[in-house]
Amino acid sequence: MAAVLRVPTVLRPAMGNNSVLEVEGSTIGEVLTRLTEAYPTARAQLLGEDGSLHRFLNVYVNDDDVRYLGGLDAPVSDRDEITLLPAVAGGSH
Amino acid sequence: MLRLRGAHREAMVATAIRALPNEGCGLLVGRADEVVEVVASPNVADSARVYEVDPRVLLRTFRDAEARGLEVIGVFHSHTHSAAYPSPTDVAQAPDPSWHYVLVSLADETSDVRSYRIVEGAISEEELALEGGEGHDRPRHR
Repeated sequence: MAAVLRVPTVLRPAMGNNSVLEVEGSTIGEVLTRLTEAYPTARAQLLGEDGSLHRFLNVYVNDDDVRYLGGLDAPVSDRDEITLLPAVAGGSH
Repeated sequence: MLRLRGAHREAMVATAIRALPNEGCGLLVGRADEVVEVVASPNVADSARVYEVDPRVLLRTFRDAEARGLEVIGVFHSHTHSAAYPSPTDVAQAPDPSWHYVLVSLADETSDVRSYRIVEGAISEEELALEGGEGHDRPRHR
């Protein structure tokens, strides 16, 4: 099944300078695994060292944050729109 | 340089004060170096020492900006008890070298608002140009 992935500016250099990609997979985990196979240098920005979703990456399926949809198990359907956005975080310490 | 109106500066300070005792935060929407809108966000880190923009606000703001032909050009957050200068955490987690990073310090009686660029770990303060006759806040030399 093909979904549309929207790539944020800051991740484009590691992902072939694409702003939109057509991706395959029935879960977010499958989609991200295929992405890291196609763009190995993007792996560190997408997944943690243990293969979990990167702490500072927000992944959305349509309007929903995948953390509330099962994380890497979040289902992906044909024509879903997947958006990646780096977390915006920091602090005074 | 980051250009903004006095109302944008006031909105950032107001967000910082409302968030007390926690850090406050939000996004800057505009074009390149010009702020068009300040979008306040809940601090989902719920902390006085760290902040994270609500992922729902993040997605909505990116989409709204794109639909209006604008961009997310930066982020602001407050330091409640320290200077308006990026911390090592801020630098380590700065996601985008093209962004403006605005710090609001509430450490003194008068709020201090300053803007920085953070590129590959290097911090440089930039001029904050307040439009509407309120003059310019020049970078402080450190």
